[in-house]
Amino acid sequence: MSNFFNPILVVVLLLNLFVLGTSRITSVIRGVAIQGALIGMLPLLLPGHVSRGAFLMAVLTIVLKGVVIPVMMNRALRDVEIKREVEPVIGFQASVILGALGAVWALLFAGRLPLTEAHADSLVVPASLATVLTGFILLITRFKALTQVMGYLVLENGVFIFGMLLVQAMPLVVEMGALLDLFVAVFVICIIVNHINRAFSTLDTRQLASLKE
Amino acid sequence: MFLILILLAVAVAALSGLPGILLRRSDDGGERISAISMVCAACVGLVGAAGGLLGYGGKPLALVWPAVGGGSVGLDALSAFFLVPVFLIGGLGAVYGLGYWPHCRHPVSGRRLRFFWGMLVAGMALLVVARHAMIFLLGWEIMALSAFFLVTAEGHRIASRQAGWIYLISTHVSVLALFALFAIWRHVTGSFAMTPVAPQTLGQGVTALCMVLVLVGFGLKAGVMPLHFWLPGAHANAPSHVSAIMSGVVIKTGVYGMIRWSALLPDVPVAWGALILLLGALSGVLGVLFALGQHDFKRLLAYHSVENIGIILMGFGVALLGRAMNRPEWVTLGFGACLLHVWNHSLFKPLLFFCAGAVMQVTGTRQMDRLGGLAKRMPWTAAAFFVGAVAICGLPPLNGFVSEWLLYLGLLKGAVGTAGGALAALVGVPTLALIGALALACFVKVMGTVFLGAPRTQSAADAREVSRLELVPMAVLVAGCALIGVFPSAVAFALDAATGCWLQSTGATAIPVAQTVPLGVISLLALLLLACVAGIFWRMRIKEVVTAARRSLSWDCGYARPDARMQYTAGSFARTLVLIFRGVLRPADHPPQVTKLFPVPTRAYSHVDDAVLDRVLMPAGRKVEEGFAWFHRFHRGLTQHYVLYVLVILLILMCTLFPFKNLFAFVFDRRGGGTSVCSSAGKQTLAPPGAPRAQMPYTYMATLSPGNQAAHRNHGRPFTERAGTPALPTAYA
Repeated sequence: MSNFFNPILVVVLLLNLFVLGTSRITSVIRGVAIQGALIGMLPLLLPGHVSRGAFLMAVLTIVLKGVVIPVMMNRALRDVEIKREVEPVIGFQASVILGALGAVWALLFAGRLPLTEAHADSLVVPASLATVLTGFILLITRFKALTQVMGYLVLENGVFIFGMLLVQAMPLVVEMGALLDLFVAVFVICIIVNHINRAFSTLDTRQLASLKE
Repeated sequence: MFLILILLAVAVAALSGLPGILLRRSDDGGERISAISMVCAACVGLVGAAGGLLGYGGKPLALVWPAVGGGSVGLDALSAFFLVPVFLIGGLGAVYGLGYWPHCRHPVSGRRLRFFWGMLVAGMALLVVARHAMIFLLGWEIMALSAFFLVTAEGHRIASRQAGWIYLISTHVSVLALFALFAIWRHVTGSFAMTPVAPQTLGQGVTALCMVLVLVGFGLKAGVMPLHFWLPGAHANAPSHVSAIMSGVVIKTGVYGMIRWSALLPDVPVAWGALILLLGALSGVLGVLFALGQHDFKRLLAYHSVENIGIILMGFGVALLGRAMNRPEWVTLGFGACLLHVWNHSLFKPLLFFCAGAVMQVTGTRQMDRLGGLAKRMPWTAAAFFVGAVAICGLPPLNGFVSEWLLYLGLLKGAVGTAGGALAALVGVPTLALIGALALACFVKVMGTVFLGAPRTQSAADAREVSRLELVPMAVLVAGCALIGVFPSAVAFALDAATGCWLQSTGATAIPVAQTVPLGVISLLALLLLACVAGIFWRMRIKEVVTAARRSLSWDCGYARPDARMQYTAGSFARTLVLIFRGVLRPADHPPQVTKLFPVPTRAYSHVDDAVLDRVLMPAGRKVEEGFAWFHRFHRGLTQHYVLYVLVILLILMCTLFPFKNLFAFVFDRRGGGTSVCSSAGKQTLAPPGAPRAQMPYTYMATLSPGNQAAHRNHGRPFTERAGTPALPTAYA
């Protein structure tokens, strides 16, 4: 493992907590963008020579997660004119504590896993588990459509970090496909956000439950 | 060679609706393109089917479809026999649709309807020529789904949507049964190919299981009595030419499935023949009884489909009995009756539905009690309906008579000789007679209420004849009915070829129909009857010229100033019969409420609900819904909750990975004092070689692949070595 690997993952973990703790949606978008760009750099830091595939993946990830998606989200946010996530199910401090507990659990759990020696001392597995958990917490406790999207993005970031274990074995096309999915999903959701806003005069996804029979 | 023609026809039919979808909505060229290509496909397909019937089907064609281990299609006489109605009604219905569902009046639903019409015909033709389970299921699903979109063509009406959903549910249940059937087939024969097994290779249990699944899967599609519940609603609420093809052809694919599968299973025991005979009898009687109780024109015709499927199954049951008991003449007569009735029903039932559609188009209602006197206003439609009604009642000189006659003969031949056959005849013959009589009563009711008498409403009075585009398909079907009725020997070769094909797997040879039934006599009698009728007409015409018949109202009942509302209604006409069978039909009467001294206007009505859908399935469904009301607590429509459920399941799964055992061992051993021992033991239980593969998700397996473990042991560099480990693909598979 490169020397930069674990520090980056520590920053990713901290960003998780930041995303959980802030109520301003712009900050959440910014945090997730930074996180995406950081993990996009990870494939370049892997030991061994940097293959062309890994390079392409890194560049695409950084551009998409760090630039394109945040710009799209910001634009959607501007269109619907909201600023804050109000009334989450559990408060912001509680979310942070929950996220921290999740990170601790991830560290403990990863320590118990039968990993190879090369991975045993790296933070890849715990960071990915903690990030996935953060994504889940965002998805479960936030109600605005935009923060939900952020939850999905964080979740995907966690999966991406886990992919670092397999970067040389996993075909490039899988990673590309995942990225494309993500992009399309965000693209569609940004459109839907506008429609929800117009139809229900709010971005609260709980209103969508009224569409149920 | 002829198989290629069929495949070509399938392709043309499947693509026929596409130009209409691609053209602009205002452009009505699409309907002409689709109708012309459907007619071309029908012609090509009919030529192909004729070739197949004459024995030029050629060898089965293997297709390259690696995902399912290849597929194959073939054309034998049995397939060709069922291809004839598919292409005939597919072509005629497309022409009828030009007049009945024109683009100018239905710009949106019309395009969709024509597209799915082509797909439906293509799907049916594909499943009939399929010789491989996957191709069969492909055709089956294309047919089932296209039929759903056709039934819901008028999706803005609640009744139409509801009928569509009920149809969709039933067709999916049927497909589930077929999945099970093909899975078992694959298990016992080792392949998905639909080739007959040798006699005595499958055990009794497997045969019985296959037959149960065949009965459920194909019986649902065919509309056999307890499984017919989707049929009346779907047929009544679809556009009329869709009802025609569904009733005339789609339900026959269920019959085809049963026949094909009985050919694949050469030793079906006697009991199944008897069961199918009984089911057919039940279906026939109940179908016609429920038809009697209907007020809705198309619903009534739909129940008659149940009845006719019953007759077809009775013939099939006799054939199965004959095959199991080695009675070739039963096979010839029973199977001949079954197949001929398949053709006949696919001629006269579309004819009747076409007429019903014409009536509906000009009057805007399906309620028979709002019609009347249409024979004077729509003479050609009335004449066509009359021919169809005579044919469906099984009266000479039309085709229905021939097939029912074959069935009578088959049942009566069985009565001579064996006790079982006598029993079958004892059940079958009176049942068939009862069905015939009730069908006659039912069609007298329809004819009398709809076409005779005086118009009951203004819309019926204003009716006029429909366009030629609708009359020509009717005329073709009338000609078909008359041809088979008067010259049954013309189709005998097709029956012989198909029977021979069905018997191939058992090794028995079929006796030609002409040897068992004097078909020439039928022609002679039919011609004689026609001559008599013509003579009577001629005499009446002369009399009319001489005496100048007085024109007055029909049904004036001896009143001084008769009114159209004094006529017998459909309900009152059938009332006596409905009351005789009230134990089965349970007619629900809602008498008028007269409460005050000077009563206000009120209404009275009666209806006969479906025995299975309204009395069993709906209440049962409601009970299940009530029983699972508590589940709504978990089903609130909130994404957040659903994500939470995913997380909970994920955590539970992860906890199974958590080494609780080691934890306990660690806690208890520390109390004992042996820390070092237990920690090493913990390591070993954590990663025993090979054991975690069974439990862990694939991501962990990937890091734990054999090469990796070797690397672990050798303290090598896992990253570089793992890149080439062969175990990774299996970990992903």
